[in-house]
Amino acid sequence: MPTAIEVFKLLPKKNCGKCNYPTCLAFAMQIANSKAKLEDCPFLSDEAKAQFAASAAPPIRMIKFGSGKKAIEMGDETELYRHEKKFFHPVAFALVISDSLAQEEIAQELEKARKMNFERVGQVLCLDALAVRNDSGDQQKFVRASELVASMTEEPLVLITSSAEAMRAAASKIADRKPLLHGADIENYEAMSAVAKELKCPLVVREDKGLNELADLVAKVKSTGVEELVLDFGARDMKTLLERSSIVRKVSVKRLYRGLGYPILVQAGEGQHGTLMGMVATMKYGSIVLFDELTEAQALPLFVLRQNIYTDPQVPIQVKPGVYPVNNANESSPILFTTNFSLTYFTVLADIEKSKVPAWLLVVDTEGLSVMTAFAAGKLTPESVAKALEASGVKQKTRRGELVIPGMVTRMSGKLQDATGLKIIVGPKESSGLPRFLKSL
Amino acid sequence: MVEVPVPKEKWSGRIGTVALGKSKEQGGTRSLPLQVGGEAGMPFLSYEAQMPNRPLIAGEVLDRPGELPLQVANELGDAVQDPAAWARKWVQDFAADLVCLKLHSTSPEEENRTPEEAASIVKAVLEAVDVPIIVYGCGHEEKDAKVMEAVGNLAAKERILLGHAEESAYKSLSAVAMANDHDIISFSNLDINLAKQINILLTDFGVRKDQIITDPLMASLGMGLEYTYSVMERIRIAALMGDGMLQVPLVCDTSVAWKSKEAIEEIEGHDGLRDRAVLWEATTGLAALLAGADVLIVRSPAAARILKDSIDELSGGK
Repeated sequence: MPTAIEVFKLLPKKNCGKCNYPTCLAFAMQIANSKAKLEDCPFLSDEAKAQFAASAAPPIRMIKFGSGKKAIEMGDETELYRHEKKFFHPVAFALVISDSLAQEEIAQELEKARKMNFERVGQVLCLDALAVRNDSGDQQKFVRASELVASMTEEPLVLITSSAEAMRAAASKIADRKPLLHGADIENYEAMSAVAKELKCPLVVREDKGLNELADLVAKVKSTGVEELVLDFGARDMKTLLERSSIVRKVSVKRLYRGLGYPILVQAGEGQHGTLMGMVATMKYGSIVLFDELTEAQALPLFVLRQNIYTDPQVPIQVKPGVYPVNNANESSPILFTTNFSLTYFTVLADIEKSKVPAWLLVVDTEGLSVMTAFAAGKLTPESVAKALEASGVKQKTRRGELVIPGMVTRMSGKLQDATGLKIIVGPKESSGLPRFLKSL
Repeated sequence: MVEVPVPKEKWSGRIGTVALGKSKEQGGTRSLPLQVGGEAGMPFLSYEAQMPNRPLIAGEVLDRPGELPLQVANELGDAVQDPAAWARKWVQDFAADLVCLKLHSTSPEEENRTPEEAASIVKAVLEAVDVPIIVYGCGHEEKDAKVMEAVGNLAAKERILLGHAEESAYKSLSAVAMANDHDIISFSNLDINLAKQINILLTDFGVRKDQIITDPLMASLGMGLEYTYSVMERIRIAALMGDGMLQVPLVCDTSVAWKSKEAIEEIEGHDGLRDRAVLWEATTGLAALLAGADVLIVRSPAAARILKDSIDELSGGK
């Protein structure tokens, strides 16, 4: 978004008030804060409108590929660091399928990809896309493999070949799936751009030599009329990946350099090194990562890292309120309660598990606030705990009649006893004291 | 040819350098004293500033091997029965830059070993390896004060990194560090302001800034990693922008990863627990490195190898 002064320069400076603001400057400030629209000024020239549109365009263009519910949006990021606001579009992970595989081998690969599916704190973690690569160099095989993968999956597809002819043949068969085409290089960009333009598919621009060369090629591809672009700067090691990604992100969002303002695609390779490349791309500015191979043991840490990094710093991950049995809780086990802030919940859960003492853990909905914050904000009250207790039905599951209160909020013990009818036992102030506390209970 | 501008930040600040261990010439017995810190840019961005010192790997040694997850114990074999042998294995077999000894047996709730016994364990470890060492107590405030005093006095010439000082308990540890020229870990709970506060308390008390390494509290992958990651980035940015009280190296204890369910339990329908567990710690460490860690305390040798290779690769080669 341009600043108020930049907008002001485009305005007629008549201070006519027809936009409902007293002066052009006041109007410009409202626009800069996204509180007014430029169209409200009746005197704006077409030229000024075009200029405004150009300066208001996102620093990193949003690129969409795939169709239906699983379509992937990439780019449109505005920050260097997640704490500044947040990262908007989680990096997508894709598995590469070689077109030299036989039909049944491709089916097996797809089955493996499907199995790479984990549920964690209420979110499903899985692969987002599939890529078909023309390893065979044979056009027919590429077309057949692409069609096969398309017919067996709903995931967005990436097609990888340096032959524009093979690309046209394969992509035209599945154009309704809006595949991402990989891609244009210095040799083939004219023909490849023509395919992308004709089939209205986004295009990856590949140049390994360096960012200057890449920006050169991007400009050439753009001049053919293709605007939906993705960058592949061909990093093979973590240093090149980290540095090139950081430069692209920073010149785009901080220096408003437009020549490389596109999402980044990373071909991570395979094995442990591929996983680590994927992790660097996850933390530092990758939008889509292609893996030649990924085991389940590699996938979960990678997926969870993405989940962590793309958590909105302003909106904590929350756990579903309710009661959770720990260490095979039974009818003589005590009830403990905590909040639904995931970090709090996990810490408390781990410490109860460590004690090996069976217990019921009641999670109270505090909108993701921790114990002290929720208490201060009035979200953790005797009433809210009592309500959660009733709703969970845990009172029917244990006859022990005891409720353990976090040591930090003992002030509400009395009222809590009245509200729940349970005997209140004061727990430790820190979760780390739970094992010892529970063993002595 | 198009010239893409290189967005080199003009930072006004620089991270201080902290020396670890003392050589014979300096009066100690470490043949390989080390330095950490000194960065003038964000981690591993060589176009911004070269990192004068690569981040270091400290191999974790416990004096109560019973706490160790089975698969890490398997990696280490019989060495876990003896802290000195364990430390030697870290250095000789796994190329650890330094060793981090945690004296959990001094806990009044466990064996309750005396400060003198603890000091003798430290002595044995110092004799077994020639790299600098980090020493932690058991986390019991009063006991730690006594244990660290004994340890600090015993190894008076070795410049040990002592863990850790926090707002509620820093004076006795600081006194030990000041009396014998040891280094000290300043700990706070995932908060940039608290991280600054404890460093102010330490320096006001008389600890020199070049004796301080900050521990921002490492949260494991999947258990709040993003908090640590962002707090570290904020600390490092503030330091580079000129906040003197944050211009200290950062230490992260990635062994916390072994508290995660995913690192120690099978997941129904999914195989590969062993590899996943090692990667769980390595991923936690990699995130710490990209956010600015200077020292990683690592539990699994396999994870340490991955992290060491990553440091080399991110730094542009061995």
